[in-house]
Amino acid sequence: MNKQVTRLAVAAIVLIAALIVGTTYWQTWATAGLADRQDNALVRVAQFTVDRGNIYASKGRVVLAKNVKRKVSGQSYYFRKYPNGYFAPHIVGYSTRNRSRAGIERSENDYLTGANGTISSVARRELDELKGVTVKGNDLYLTLDSRAQQVAVRALSGKCGAAVAIDPKTGRILAMASSPTFNPNVVEENFSAITRIRSAACSYSAPLLNRATQGLYPPGSTFKVVTAAAALDSGAVKPTSEFIDPGYCEEYGKRVSNAGNPEVGPEVFGTVTFAQGLQHSINSVFCNVGKKIGAGKILEYARRFGFETSPDLEVPADAQSPSGLYKKHKVFRPRHPEYQVDPGRLAFGQERMLVTPVQMAMVAATVANGGILMQPHLLDSVRAPNGDVVTRVKPHRVRRVISPRTAHELTQMMESVVTGGTATNLQMNGVRLAGKTGTAETGIANKYVTWFIAFAPAQAPKVAVAVALENQTGFGATTAGPIAKSLVEAILAEKANT
Amino acid sequence: MSERNRELMNLIVVGMLTGLGFASVYIARQSEVSTASLSYAGFFFGLYLVAHTVARFTVPHADPYLLPIAALLTAVGLTEIYRLNPDDARKQAYWVVIAVAVFAGTLILLRRDYRELESYKYLFGIGAILLLVLPALPGIGSTVNGARLWVHAGPLRFQPGELAKLALIVFLAGYLREKREVIAQGRLKDLGPLLVIWGGAMLVLLETNDLGSGLLYFGIFLSMLYIATARFAYVIAGAVLFAIGSFGVYRISGHVRDRVDVWLHAFKYADSTGYQLVQARYSIAHGGFGGTGFGRGIFTQPGSSHTLIPYLNTDFIYAALAQEMGLIGVSALLLVYMVFIARGFRIALLTDDGFSKLLAAGLTFAFALQTFIIIGGILGLIPLTGITMPFVSYGGSSVVANFVLLAGLMLLSNRANAQRGETS
Repeated sequence: MNKQVTRLAVAAIVLIAALIVGTTYWQTWATAGLADRQDNALVRVAQFTVDRGNIYASKGRVVLAKNVKRKVSGQSYYFRKYPNGYFAPHIVGYSTRNRSRAGIERSENDYLTGANGTISSVARRELDELKGVTVKGNDLYLTLDSRAQQVAVRALSGKCGAAVAIDPKTGRILAMASSPTFNPNVVEENFSAITRIRSAACSYSAPLLNRATQGLYPPGSTFKVVTAAAALDSGAVKPTSEFIDPGYCEEYGKRVSNAGNPEVGPEVFGTVTFAQGLQHSINSVFCNVGKKIGAGKILEYARRFGFETSPDLEVPADAQSPSGLYKKHKVFRPRHPEYQVDPGRLAFGQERMLVTPVQMAMVAATVANGGILMQPHLLDSVRAPNGDVVTRVKPHRVRRVISPRTAHELTQMMESVVTGGTATNLQMNGVRLAGKTGTAETGIANKYVTWFIAFAPAQAPKVAVAVALENQTGFGATTAGPIAKSLVEAILAEKANT
Repeated sequence: MSERNRELMNLIVVGMLTGLGFASVYIARQSEVSTASLSYAGFFFGLYLVAHTVARFTVPHADPYLLPIAALLTAVGLTEIYRLNPDDARKQAYWVVIAVAVFAGTLILLRRDYRELESYKYLFGIGAILLLVLPALPGIGSTVNGARLWVHAGPLRFQPGELAKLALIVFLAGYLREKREVIAQGRLKDLGPLLVIWGGAMLVLLETNDLGSGLLYFGIFLSMLYIATARFAYVIAGAVLFAIGSFGVYRISGHVRDRVDVWLHAFKYADSTGYQLVQARYSIAHGGFGGTGFGRGIFTQPGSSHTLIPYLNTDFIYAALAQEMGLIGVSALLLVYMVFIARGFRIALLTDDGFSKLLAAGLTFAFALQTFIIIGGILGLIPLTGITMPFVSYGGSSVVANFVLLAGLMLLSNRANAQRGETS
């Protein structure tokens, strides 16, 4: 019988060994995946025992998120408090027990809890855990500039839309605001107060939506900058190339009229140069340029500006939308643009083209930066509790989009928009502003999405902006324009001081 | 060093570990628990000294590792139960006192020759069936968590299945010892009584809706049958029969069907039937490599006394231990189980008669299989069933039954070692 007993003993030992293997799986391989699951209440509670890192803007001058320590049955918990709740709630997001996390609080959770970063910060965290000392997370410093951001938030209040300002040389996002907004401090206790927010200016209030990165709007005439970049850079057209504007453009045997554009009225310009076409935002000129270079070329340049891909900011991936042609709520990448896309309408910003404000700010910034697109970013640096820099975001060149020559020509053309075109009301004292207006039809009569994208000073740009407003009855130059202008002024004043 | 002195040394080590365990819970949860926690360690050390003394007089040659290991496992369980709910720990402490008393009683009663039990094998067989039927009887039986396993008698609740398991092993050891040659020849007539008893047990299990016990009893049955007959074909045939039977139960019983679905797709049912299992895995995963330490794990929302995982200190205590002790801690714990199992099978090898061999191997394998079924269920190796983790889980019947099992193994090893000493 001993032979059988030995075999059974081996079987029993194998069973227990299998338990060790199973436990090893759950405690090593599976841990990261399980901890990331949104329904993992345990990890959520655990992270409240971590002294989560603070979030700052404007080189630490503005505190966006900090902790309030509370003792519950002998254990210290750190709950989130947002001292400047309305400063940038769409970017900062929130970290709560009941509703989990959003914004930077979610995407940079590993830094904030000290779970990621350099080897030394992970080691410090493990040591703290062993010693039973409260784990302290790393602090985040955002690129947002306090004055510019406040100007943007204030200017948007009561409106529906978004404003973005980027430093074109570095890609630092100096301001990013979305309206309507919400108070992140009430998310935990009184979420229904947020769902009740209604804005008369919006069709859908959706206060939690970051319209700067998720709002998809028809670009209207601001898209002409992309078309012009494609036309000039590919050599098809020069600023001095002449066009005859009969007040309409013929496409597929039908007339596409300038008259539909309320910015310029049913004007007929006659013989104009390409530069004047942009200056006065003449649809027929761009319609003919589009037909000449083809939709494929325009889309190719759009992609180089960053269209069809996520802007790749530090906010969660599902809180940023790619710009591009949309079909059934998805980006549509035509295989044969020559007969799948109407080139004339695309050229002046119609034809299912939807863009985010941050993408249009990237277009302006690329032109401003001599044709080089810099990766836009919201995070300046991550610092350990002792002040050591864990990581610092360096300016990252994405690609050269257009030649310096094209950028220079476009800059002059956009300057002429302000000096003698559709945006003369936005001229600034002693500062050369370059811009482009947009007033996009929405399908509803007398309701437009209005735009202004700009950069300044034109000779040495320090800031590029994009402002988009929903449900407007006026023009881009008179609605979005003044907000963009005040934003530029605030940032230039700030830069002059430092 | 004599066996008993070695046992005493081991117990002193366990006593110190127990003290450390309670001290760490006390340090981590000063605001929640009182210094009384420290007296638990002393109290248990005293209790085990009593058990040790009884063993010294009744089973002087018994294996010196079994009692310390049981003490260690009980201490780990009690520390964790105490950390989760001090009130439960007090109740559990009462049960441990009763269990040690039963342990001592068993040793004293059977100190001369436990093999007398063999003559009463049919009594044990019938007893096992009666104990299994008890919870199914209206009036005294009750259903907890989908399975009818409990018997109520006034304020006392008892799971007779735990004792039925032991009675069944005694019966099987006696019966198989007597009939092993004829059964090995494969004559159906001799398999008859076994099949009848087994069929009855299966029916009872179907009635009580408890798959885990079914697997346990059938595993014990097959393992002992294999030892007695050396016919591996029986194990195969039995496993096929069990698979067919399980499939039938799966089709009939919604409770069992749920369990299987959750086993295969736990995360799909994370908010409903799979909640407990998914939360248990979160808990285990949170422990990671080193664990959070005793008293520092997270089992509730801040300020709440309601644990995120239901049945945390009974069926799911492993999930709590894995979080607080980490991979290192629970692996060590499982190795301790392994040592206990290895010692048990060593006893089976050393004994020189068929009844003792079958009894020792049966008891040890039952212990191993029960550990595997509950922890394997939590880890997702097999469908989850609610049975207790030997010596560790909260639950009176389980602790008492496991101490009887311990007493049995010590009686067996005492005789084997004494005889070895005589012959050598």
